[in-house]
Amino acid sequence: METKPLIQFKNVQKIYPNGTVGLKDINLDIEEGQFVVVVGLSGAGKSTLLRTINRMHDITDGDILLEGKSIIHYKGKALRNLRRSVGMIFQGFNLVKRSSVERNVLSGRVGYYPTWKSVLGLFTKEDKAKAVEALQRVNMASKIYSRADELSGGQQQRVAIARTFMQNPKIILADEPVASLDPLTTEAVMDDLKQLNRDFGMTVLVNLHSVPLALKYADRIIGLRAGQLVYDKMIADVKETDFDSIYDENGKVK
Amino acid sequence: MENQVPQKTWLQKYHVKGIFWTVILLVLLELSSISTGVKWSDFFKNFDQFLELFHRMAHPDCSYTSIVIQPIIETIQMALLGTTLGTIFAVPFAVLAARNIVKNAFLRGVIRFILNLVRTLPDLLLAALAVAIVGIGATAGVWTLAIFSFGMISKLFYETIETIESGPLEALRAAGANNIQVIVFAVIPQVLNGFISYFLYTFEINVRASTVLGYLGAGGIGVFLQRSLSSFRYDQTAVIILAILVVVVVIDAVSNTLREKLQ
Repeated sequence: METKPLIQFKNVQKIYPNGTVGLKDINLDIEEGQFVVVVGLSGAGKSTLLRTINRMHDITDGDILLEGKSIIHYKGKALRNLRRSVGMIFQGFNLVKRSSVERNVLSGRVGYYPTWKSVLGLFTKEDKAKAVEALQRVNMASKIYSRADELSGGQQQRVAIARTFMQNPKIILADEPVASLDPLTTEAVMDDLKQLNRDFGMTVLVNLHSVPLALKYADRIIGLRAGQLVYDKMIADVKETDFDSIYDENGKVK
Repeated sequence: MENQVPQKTWLQKYHVKGIFWTVILLVLLELSSISTGVKWSDFFKNFDQFLELFHRMAHPDCSYTSIVIQPIIETIQMALLGTTLGTIFAVPFAVLAARNIVKNAFLRGVIRFILNLVRTLPDLLLAALAVAIVGIGATAGVWTLAIFSFGMISKLFYETIETIESGPLEALRAAGANNIQVIVFAVIPQVLNGFISYFLYTFEINVRASTVLGYLGAGGIGVFLQRSLSSFRYDQTAVIILAILVVVVVIDAVSNTLREKLQ
């Protein structure tokens, strides 16, 4: 099978200005349409790995390719266009709490608008309809005129997913999307992500703490420890005992 | 052993620090009084003069009220115009001075330096300058209040901007928004209530300040205040003071109610 990987990491290094190693010798190919779960301890570099893909973090060495094109030197408009095509979901939801749900969802679309139009709130009819559709997908259409801070955590995360959907992203990065949610809403949010993956072929990378969740949703599981890639298997090859090496701090890299 | 209340140190036991600072403060107060030649007894020396003045003001000239209304409205209008003008110019400066928006420390430093300079100018000095430049009248008053509000509001605003949540900003940036879009969609909704509240607060202060600006010829009720005082018509002065009092109380009450609603 000769499909070209969508995302390629080549010898990626990330050292923070204070000397902390964020990522070390990462070589990784991610195929289009995969649902990848990244596991590892806090501080293992999971968030950093995700944020290098939309350049919210810059790497110190190596190269990252998206559809074969290096993204590490993008600036200005090119960088914004890259970010527009990569959606991001956060642990803290990051909605504007005092704005309406509708405005939050539409704000995912601003990358497609010239500054003056978006500032004046001149969104097209199609985009407003798309916002409704996005909210219907995550079962939140009835809250469209509510203020975001009136929603529960799980509801806010689902609105955040609708916001990301507005970007028409090729890739969705989800950084601990369910870490502050209860088990029931966790399932709803993970299902939303899985749907975007299945129905639209969006490539999804999710950081998770929970092994059972990883096993349930992933096509492929990647493990990070101290900034290094220590595990990488398709779900069919994963054994539950594998995780000891990722989570055991004293364990040797297998 | 670990879970025991520790012995108080000698310093804690006798409140050494508190006593030390109290003594220092008292010494400084006494030294200031000696070096400026202000004696505590002087404070009440001419108390009978005060009573005399109070006595004459106790019979306000009610017929003067109708004359006062127009200038007091002018005072409020001056304050409103000045505050609004100052705010319009303060917003971009506040954004540029905020640490979480402008990462360039040099640019931020220059902007803050300008703002600090503006803020060091007292309003009465500004009024004197404005009268010298644009001449006697309400325009000078509006200028004064605009510059004064600019200095005050820009500081209050950038401090408000610095307290906002950074998450939504990150989300907008990650969605490909440019800086202006980040400000409009993620910053302004978070600071708008704070801004309105500070605008009202500055307006309150400006109404009070503009009552005395007339003293320097900058229009409003202050002109009449000065006129009545210099012609020893304390019965008229009393009317003006009462009018100012009513206006300030009403505006304070309205603005406080609005600001509480915004919380």
